[in-house]
Amino acid sequence: MILCIRVDESQLVHRSVYLANKIAWAAFTILFVIVLNFFLFRILPGDPARAGVRDPRLTAEAQAAIRTRFGLDKPVINCFTSLNPLEPGDCAVNPLDTQFFIYAGNLLRGEFGISYHTNRPVVEVLGERLWNTLLLIGAGQILAIVLGMALGILAAWKARTPVDYGALGFSLLAWSLPTFWLGIILLFWGSTYLGLPVGGKSTPGINYANTWEELVDLARHLFLPSLTYTIVFLGEYMLIMRSSLVDVLAEDYILTAKAKGLNHFQILKDHALKNAMLPMVTIIALNLGFTVAGAVQIESVFSWPGLGGAIYEAVNRRDYPMLQGAFLLLAVSVIVANLIAELLYGYLDPRVGVE
Amino acid sequence: MPHAILDRPPLLEVSHLDVDYVDPPHPPAAALRGITFTLQRGEALGIVGESGCGKSTLMLTLLRLLPAAGRIVAGSVRLDGVELLDLDARAMAALRWKRIAMIFQGAMNALNPVRTVGEQIAEAIRRHEDVTNRRALDRRVSELLDLVGIAASRREQYPFQYSGGMRQRAMIAMALACSPDIVIADEPTTALDVMIQAQILQLLADLRRQLQLSILLVTHDLGIVAELCDRVLVMYGGVMAEYADADTIYNGAAHPYTQALLQAFPDPTQPAQKLAAIPGAPPRLTDLPPGCRFTPRCPHVFARCHTAQPPLYAVTPAHQASCFRAETTSGGAHA
Repeated sequence: MILCIRVDESQLVHRSVYLANKIAWAAFTILFVIVLNFFLFRILPGDPARAGVRDPRLTAEAQAAIRTRFGLDKPVINCFTSLNPLEPGDCAVNPLDTQFFIYAGNLLRGEFGISYHTNRPVVEVLGERLWNTLLLIGAGQILAIVLGMALGILAAWKARTPVDYGALGFSLLAWSLPTFWLGIILLFWGSTYLGLPVGGKSTPGINYANTWEELVDLARHLFLPSLTYTIVFLGEYMLIMRSSLVDVLAEDYILTAKAKGLNHFQILKDHALKNAMLPMVTIIALNLGFTVAGAVQIESVFSWPGLGGAIYEAVNRRDYPMLQGAFLLLAVSVIVANLIAELLYGYLDPRVGVE
Repeated sequence: MPHAILDRPPLLEVSHLDVDYVDPPHPPAAALRGITFTLQRGEALGIVGESGCGKSTLMLTLLRLLPAAGRIVAGSVRLDGVELLDLDARAMAALRWKRIAMIFQGAMNALNPVRTVGEQIAEAIRRHEDVTNRRALDRRVSELLDLVGIAASRREQYPFQYSGGMRQRAMIAMALACSPDIVIADEPTTALDVMIQAQILQLLADLRRQLQLSILLVTHDLGIVAELCDRVLVMYGGVMAEYADADTIYNGAAHPYTQALLQAFPDPTQPAQKLAAIPGAPPRLTDLPPGCRFTPRCPHVFARCHTAQPPLYAVTPAHQASCFRAETTSGGAHA
C-alpha cells in the first residue's frame, strides 16, 4: 500500500521535472535566437542607410545622419566596429554603449525599435500584420484540422475500401498541388463565378453601415485565401491521421477491446483515437509554429496584408529592427508551439516523462 | 474424471468447423478443417500445436473475431445449445466477454498503454452489466485485482508501471470481470520467465477450481498442458491430429506428430537425454502436400498417406487420432 503511493508520487515528481526541463529549454532557445538574430543580419552584406533610401545620390553627410539617428554609428559590440575581424574597433568604448547591449536593453523594456523604412514602431507594424495572418491561418488551420482528421478517421475505419481509396486520392492530390497555382485557380473561380473580391482584406473606400456589414465584407475577403490554405493542409492532416489510426487499429489492444464486446464507436473513441493523436499533435504544432511566418505564397496571390509580406519587404530594405522583431516572433511561435506539443504529449501518453 | 463429465450435455460444442483465409485472386487457404470437440462445464481443454497450426484462428472463430480475410465456411459452434454462428453482430457482441472471455498475452501489448488498468477492467463490467455507481465499480475492480494478487491501490496505474507477470495477472482479472462461463487463454505464459510462468499457471488452476471455470488453453508447450488440462486437442496444419484425455496423450499417443512433440519435450527423469527436434517445417496453408498433411515430416509414411487426409479414427471411444495407422486398432472412422 505504502509502496504504491510512493510510486505515484515519484511519477508526479518525474512529471514536474519533465515540465520544468521543457520550459527551461524553451527559454534557453529563445535567448539563443535573440543573440543569433542580432548578429545574423549584421554579418550579411549591405548597408541599411543606403538600402532604405535607395537613392545613389545621397550625400555622405545625409548617410551619416541616418546612421547616427538609428545608432548604426556605434560599435556592434565592444572591441568591434563591425563584425569584420580585419577591422578591430575601440575596446575603450563603454560595453553598454554598443548596438548589441542597447538592443538587449530595449528588448527587456519591450521595445523592438522603430522600422527604418516606415518610421513606425516595429511592435505596432508586426502586431497589425500578425493579427491578419492569424486570422487567415486560424480559419484555415481549424478547418484543415477538423476536416483532415474527420476524413482520416473515415479512411482508416474503411481502410482498403473504395471510400478509403477515394479519400486517399483526394488527399494526395490536395497535398501535392502547388500552393500558388491552387490559389490562382481558386481566385479565378471565386471571383468569376461567386463574385468574391479578388484580394486584400476589405473593400477599398467603403463605409460600413454597421459591424455586421464589416464582418460580412471581411468574411468574403477571407474565404478564398482560407480555402486555399485549408486544402493545402487538409491532405497532409488526412494522410497522417489515416496512417496513424490504421497502425493503432492493428494493435493487440484493439482486438482485446473487440473481444470485450465493445462496439465500433466505443473502440474508436476509447481505445484508438487518443493513441493515434500523438503524430497529429506533432505535425499540427510544427505547422502552426512555422505558418505564423505567413503563408507567403497565399498572401501574395490574394494581396493579404499579413506577416509574410512584411518580412519580404523588410528583407529587401535591410530593415534590421523589423527583421529582428519578425524573426524573434517566428522563433518564439515555433518554440512555443513545440512546447505546447510536448506538454500535450504528457497529457495524451502517460509514459511520456516517466521512463 | 473425464468420463464422468462426458455424460453431461457439453457447455461448448464445436463440430466440423471449416475456416478459410481468402485473398483474391489467390485460391483460399484452408486454415481449419473439420475441427470437432466439446468442452464441459469446469473442464480444461488444452489446444496444442506449432505456430501456424490454426490454434489462434480457432479461438478467434469461437468469438467470431477473425480478421477480415477469415471466412467460416462450414460447421457449428454451440454454446449451451445456442448456435453462435447464426447470431447477429449485436447479440454476438453482447455475448463476448460475458459468456466467453479471453486472456491474451497480457505481457505483450494486449492492454491499452494509455489507459489505467482499473479503467480497462471497469470498462468490461460497464459494457455487460448494469453497474453505473462509481463506488460499486471501483469495489468490483479492487476485488478482481485482489483475486489475482494485485494490490487494489494499483488500479490507477498504467500497464507500463506493471511488470510482465503483473500485466498477465491484470489480464486474467479483466477476463474474469463478468464471470464468464469459458475463459480462452491464448499462450498466457509466453514471454514470462519460468518462475512467473509457474505462478500464472497456479493462479489459473486455483481460479478454475474456485470459480468452476471452463478453460481453453492454447499453447505450444506440452508441459503447461500437463499441469492444467483434463483433455488435449493436438492440431497440425489446420486439422485435428489427436484428441484424448491428457493421460492418454502423454502415455499412449497414437499420432506420429503427438509422439514427435512429446519426444521434443524434456523428460525430467532423463536429464542427459538429447531432445529430438521434429525435422522439416509446418506446412504452408497455401501449399499443402497431397494426402496427409504430416507426410513430409512423418517417420512412418506408407503409400496410402499420399492419397488422402486420414479422417479421425477412434482408438478408444474417448481417444481419436487422424492417422491411417490408427485405423487398424479402431472400428472405423469416427467422424
